[in-house]
Amino acid sequence: MSIRGVEINVHGLGYRYSTRGNPTFTNLQLQSRRGEALAIIGRSGCGKSTLLHIIAGLNRPTEGVIEFDGKKVDGPSSRWVMMFQAPHLYPWMKVSQNVGVGLKFARWPEKEKAERVNEALRLVELQDYADVSVQDLSGGQQQRVALARSLVMEPELLLLDEPFSALDAFTRASLQRDVRSIAKKLGFNLIIVTHDIDEAILMADRALIMAGAPGKIVTEFEVPLPDPRQRQDKDVQAMRSRLMDAFHSAAGKPTGADAHGEEESETDSDSVTQHA
Amino acid sequence: MSTSDAMAGSTMRSRSAAAAGRATVGAAYFVGGLALLLAVWWLAIYVASKNPALSQFTAFGPAPAFKAIPHMWESGLISKALQSSGYRLGMGLLIAILIGVPIGIVMGRNRRFRELSNSPFQLMRMISPLSWEPIAVIVFAGWNSAIIFLIAIAAVWPIMFSTAAGLSKVDPAWFKVARNLGAKPWQLVTEIIIPAIMFDVMTGIRLAVGVAWIVLVPAEFLGVTSGFGYTIEDARESLEYEHLMAMLIVIGIVGYVLDLGCQALIRRYSWHK
Repeated sequence: MSIRGVEINVHGLGYRYSTRGNPTFTNLQLQSRRGEALAIIGRSGCGKSTLLHIIAGLNRPTEGVIEFDGKKVDGPSSRWVMMFQAPHLYPWMKVSQNVGVGLKFARWPEKEKAERVNEALRLVELQDYADVSVQDLSGGQQQRVALARSLVMEPELLLLDEPFSALDAFTRASLQRDVRSIAKKLGFNLIIVTHDIDEAILMADRALIMAGAPGKIVTEFEVPLPDPRQRQDKDVQAMRSRLMDAFHSAAGKPTGADAHGEEESETDSDSVTQHA
Repeated sequence: MSTSDAMAGSTMRSRSAAAAGRATVGAAYFVGGLALLLAVWWLAIYVASKNPALSQFTAFGPAPAFKAIPHMWESGLISKALQSSGYRLGMGLLIAILIGVPIGIVMGRNRRFRELSNSPFQLMRMISPLSWEPIAVIVFAGWNSAIIFLIAIAAVWPIMFSTAAGLSKVDPAWFKVARNLGAKPWQLVTEIIIPAIMFDVMTGIRLAVGVAWIVLVPAEFLGVTSGFGYTIEDARESLEYEHLMAMLIVIGIVGYVLDLGCQALIRRYSWHK
């Protein structure tokens, strides 16, 4: 597979669910470098998932423009693919058919499609499960199939909407590591929406913190850690504390050691992965 | 890969062993049930034969009926009836599917249409299909077309409602994923909607076959000179009771085989585990 990333520019983006309702966010600006892994974190209801759906072209913004490599995004495309919280596989299809469904939509010839599907299955370590019904797979395996289904399209951008939050801690940790390593190996962009601070640090090169109503990007945070990243590494732990402070500061809460007792326990409920 | 992956493989093996066990038990119940039915039938006729007032019922027993079947087959009586009734049933079902499935899809997808159509469809569904017969005879030029109409109007409702129910259960996220992967609107129908609701459509067709099979025989009592209904009526009028009972056995077997075929199709298209 040969994939290249994309330069993302979001200008003055605004969205409201109904004409009379309050805006979910207004005048939002966002840039992402080619091949960058970007995490968007924030509390529930700040509009981060809506932002992701708009970037994916699944929802239309009420104002503003999204550009990939200078070209306006005006709908969904197989060049930017989204992975959802649940795998949403098609239960009447086998693993290989699920992985190849996007290529089927694009009417790829069978031979090329089979080659591409096998390659994607190898990337997610499911090459021995091609002919298995997806209903016979574990939750982690199903999410890997969903990942392969996205990768097979050779996207320039993979958007992840809390994709591992329903998985057990061990499976989640292994998928976080694998998705980042595949993205870096193949060179495509990642945008991860999460409320899990650990996930943001383990997967992203940069984290944006969204807060408020209407939501806005209140601060950004570089995560210049080497790969592979382990949650028990001192650097990761230090980065976690700094990001936590930034997160609470952005949310208008007290920061620093005094606040950690109360606040960490609150965030712990969101980030089970730290116990893995 | 986690330990849950290995557990998934083990679950698959135990599922296939359990399926083989279920098939053996199912076959035993099948044979046992038929033997029980035959025994009850034989006993009833035996008791009747001991009473002089009921002695004419001996011709309705299992022995004369099973003896008559080969003769009726050789004379072409069964195959002719099968051909005529099969054609009417097939055409009626085909029309019901062609009307029921698209309307069911629209009902499942469009809430306004579903609510608007609910009262008229429920009202029409409750009209006995055979009560349309006088109207069908007036509207259609031949009895054959009238019977096909009766079968179609009997079969259309279970297909339509089952299709609509199937569509309402479809996960909306499947459409979102498909659009995200570049599916065109017609691909949403062919690749997502139809496979997703196939189980419900086939279940509706199975119910429709049952209803249509019940309607078919009485509908053939009048007007036509072929088919199962006509053959039964003819046997009654010519006092050939063993032929009448033989034809009942054939109707039961054909209906049962049709239902088995529907069940096989449901299993083939079912993705529910």
